Amino acid sequence: MEKEYETVIGLEVHVELATKTKIFCSCSTEFGGAPNTHTCPVCTGMPGSLPVLNRQVVEYAIAVGLATNCDITQYCKFDRKNYFYPDNPQNYQISQLYLPICRNGHVEIEVNGSKKNVGIHEIHMEEDAGKLIHDEWEDCTLVDYNRSGVPLIEIVSEPDMRNAEEVIAYLEKLRTTIQYLGASDCKLQEGSMRADVNLSVREVGSDKFGTRTEMKNLNSFKAIARAIKGERERQIELIEEGKKVVQETRRWDDNKEYSYAMRSKEDAQDYRYFPEPDLVPIFIDSDWLKRVKAAQPELREEKLLRYEKEYDIPRDDALIITESRKMADIFEETTKLCGDAKKTANWLIGETMRLVKENEMDVADISFSPENLAKLIKIVSKGEINNIVAKEVFEEIFKNDIDPEKYVEEKGLKSVNDEGTLKEVIQKIVDENPKSVEDYKNGKKKAIGFLVGQTMKAMKGKADPAAVNKILGEILNAV
Amino acid sequence: MSLNDLTALELSKKIKDKEVSVKEAVLASFEQIEKYDEQLNCYVTTLKEDALKRSEEVQKRIDNNELTGLLAGVPIAVKDNICTKDVLTTCSSKILENYYPTFSATAVENIEKEGMIVLGKTNMDEFAMGSTTETSHYGITRNPWNTDRVPGGSSGGSCAAVAAAECFTALGSDTGGSIRQPSSFCGVTGMKPTYGTVSRYGLIAYGSSLDQIGPVGKNVADVAALADVISSYDKKDSTSVKREYAFYDSINEDIKGLKIGIPRDYFSEGLNEEVKQAVMNSVKELEKCGAIVEEFDLSLVDYAIPAYYVIASAEASSNLSRFDGVKYGFRAPEYEGLHNMYKKTRSEGFGSEVKRRIMLGSFVLSSGYYDAYYLKALRTKALIKESYDKAFAKYDVIIGPAAPTTALKIGESLSDPIKMYLGDIYTVSANLAGLPGISVPVGLDKAGLPIGVQILGDCFKENNILKTAKKIEEIAAFGKCQIAGR
Repeated sequence: MEKEYETVIGLEVHVELATKTKIFCSCSTEFGGAPNTHTCPVCTGMPGSLPVLNRQVVEYAIAVGLATNCDITQYCKFDRKNYFYPDNPQNYQISQLYLPICRNGHVEIEVNGSKKNVGIHEIHMEEDAGKLIHDEWEDCTLVDYNRSGVPLIEIVSEPDMRNAEEVIAYLEKLRTTIQYLGASDCKLQEGSMRADVNLSVREVGSDKFGTRTEMKNLNSFKAIARAIKGERERQIELIEEGKKVVQETRRWDDNKEYSYAMRSKEDAQDYRYFPEPDLVPIFIDSDWLKRVKAAQPELREEKLLRYEKEYDIPRDDALIITESRKMADIFEETTKLCGDAKKTANWLIGETMRLVKENEMDVADISFSPENLAKLIKIVSKGEINNIVAKEVFEEIFKNDIDPEKYVEEKGLKSVNDEGTLKEVIQKIVDENPKSVEDYKNGKKKAIGFLVGQTMKAMKGKADPAAVNKILGEILNAV
Repeated sequence: MSLNDLTALELSKKIKDKEVSVKEAVLASFEQIEKYDEQLNCYVTTLKEDALKRSEEVQKRIDNNELTGLLAGVPIAVKDNICTKDVLTTCSSKILENYYPTFSATAVENIEKEGMIVLGKTNMDEFAMGSTTETSHYGITRNPWNTDRVPGGSSGGSCAAVAAAECFTALGSDTGGSIRQPSSFCGVTGMKPTYGTVSRYGLIAYGSSLDQIGPVGKNVADVAALADVISSYDKKDSTSVKREYAFYDSINEDIKGLKIGIPRDYFSEGLNEEVKQAVMNSVKELEKCGAIVEEFDLSLVDYAIPAYYVIASAEASSNLSRFDGVKYGFRAPEYEGLHNMYKKTRSEGFGSEVKRRIMLGSFVLSSGYYDAYYLKALRTKALIKESYDKAFAKYDVIIGPAAPTTALKIGESLSDPIKMYLGDIYTVSANLAGLPGISVPVGLDKAGLPIGVQILGDCFKENNILKTAKKIEEIAAFGKCQIAGR
């Protein structure tokens, strides 16, 4: 009989925090910039320089810890992780090993309607490294320390996940939570969220873990799903062939859909961690905890419940709107201004999402103001413009955040519902299309659609459809 | 009387009284440097041109009453592990043979604000690792009292320069006695302030949890005044603390009723008899002045050296890993690939004592040994601090020798590192416990070498050790160093 295998997965997720300045100096964390322009003696490891902790980093770490049900380590410290590599200017990374800031948390995930908790072993704070750039032309390697000292938190899960769906649900959960907290934008592609996958397989029913590998270089959810599938198969194959899985770090190549061994446990480095003597221990008193807790924004779960209750929005719609805090904020603001939650929701779920996808954007990058969407909803409700025109105007709002009232005015897009004008045009259309009129009379009710279309065309789309239908009905009945 | 006979405070007063110009003071120091430094080798770098140029600016600002500090206009020497902007800063190591910092240490900024003039950078044991100033890549420094003798270390260059009047005062650094022990060997006064008093920003780290910059001077008053200048709360150093009072104001306080503890453990085996007598005599004199003296058992003294060498080496192994040939400093001229570059650069760039401590430190932090060595050393450190806390609940100051002997012969200790390490027995625990300590000369031994007495105080109680040291200085009527031509 063929053996059945279970996959056991734990994740190490690095998240770049959204502080304005670096973790141990006042250099900017802004992305880009000419190489080594966002640097100072501290983040380039000059002799004699000393780190000073950015308080905001601790606040964000606490906020993420509280939102993921962790215990906050009230007396916590930094440690040095020693290893030689040129992207690391001091040849040690300031991180946390012995007393990480958060421990013993969990988040709830939902896959195919069933819920489960994924444990969080710990969250610790640390500094990012610089970037090595190999110059093929000159055959030399250059270092850019702009990223050196950018604050990170590493969220280490328990080995509680069993398949790619759970992994992605967990990552999505972390991402939304952290985005809601404003602690990071969590963009996988840009590297502000990075996940390393620890994976092992075992026979179903076994209570012992198999030997695990760690997979790096996973830049999208899709890559993660493929890597999990690939690694599960690779390990099962080894076991079936009677070979052993080697504990090692592997690098995923998403183009080749294959992973390569980077280093095995045997040549794993001894990081010689010890308490960082240049930084004093951090004491997080209960007042500080209370303040962070009080400043915590409404998270997704709370919003979902409230939306169903307060706005009477179906859960599926609410799920889409609350997927990002950006969208939820636009929704709430717009609803407040125009007083129509349903119409607001429709604009966001329909047109907004369509345009986001069409432009291959991230929801976080939406830049139109709720004021302009609210105005649009109002003028549509008043019948000042019809739906077709409204979509056209919305595209302008989405792209350039224009004021729809002014725009409609300037472009002369207001609906025509003046009966005299409409009657004249419709009469002409009816006269020109005797065949359609005949069809209509013979019971082909569809024919009216054609006549409406012709009218709209003649009116350059600006006619009020309700008025057109009414007048057309009257004229046809009179024929 | 020569200008070089003046103390730093006396000199500054004369400058402000227009009896002496800043330039004259600078030239007087350089006269000594040019006369003696070829032999003594106190300096790695001298800055005559810069100093003369700066003396004019400072003179103007003193004349305009913009600089009125106690030490305005005074020439000073700075230990070569303290960063000076655009001035070579080597830590007496080959690996920093071409390193020009882009910023000055906060302590250096403070002396410049005071209107003091940096004459140059003084020699030291490489990366402050040593007690003799013999491990410098730039040659040994000789003791001005007897040039066959070492000046002590690691701040040997600073202490010898003060003794030889090659400067009026100097900055040193003290990780395990590196100010106090050479002060004792060179017959000058040197203080290690409480950990956190002087910002470590710009001090190239050896053992970060132990390092402290401190003043070296011709007498207690100079040392107290310079300590006031360099101490400041610094946002750039997380371990920096705010100071509550001026050190200089405390030196003339009465010592009547002052409770002095004499740790029996400091006067047992290994202590040179002449040193012992000199220290005991000064204690007797203090008793005559109204101090209350009592012997007690400090305990744990034997554990201080091993705990110190484990902690200091562990921190050093990490602190010194940034010297890798990638970003600054020396890089091996020939190598193949990254790892070979690291290896060759560090093999060629560091001296043997530094390598020994890097290896020792890496070992005690290695997985499997961390608990047995490093963690145990940290616990020992905590216990040592506790035993001092107990002692300071009873005594205002603790008095003992600064070193077991007077200045050793050149070459004597390098062959036996363990013996050299044991020479730090009286000084390292102040660093482990963060305490302030001062060494003040009390007399000469039969060979004519200075003997220093060490006074330790509770954290932030520099006032107690300064006033005690001042009293000892008054009683001792200490002789002058002949080479200084004073």
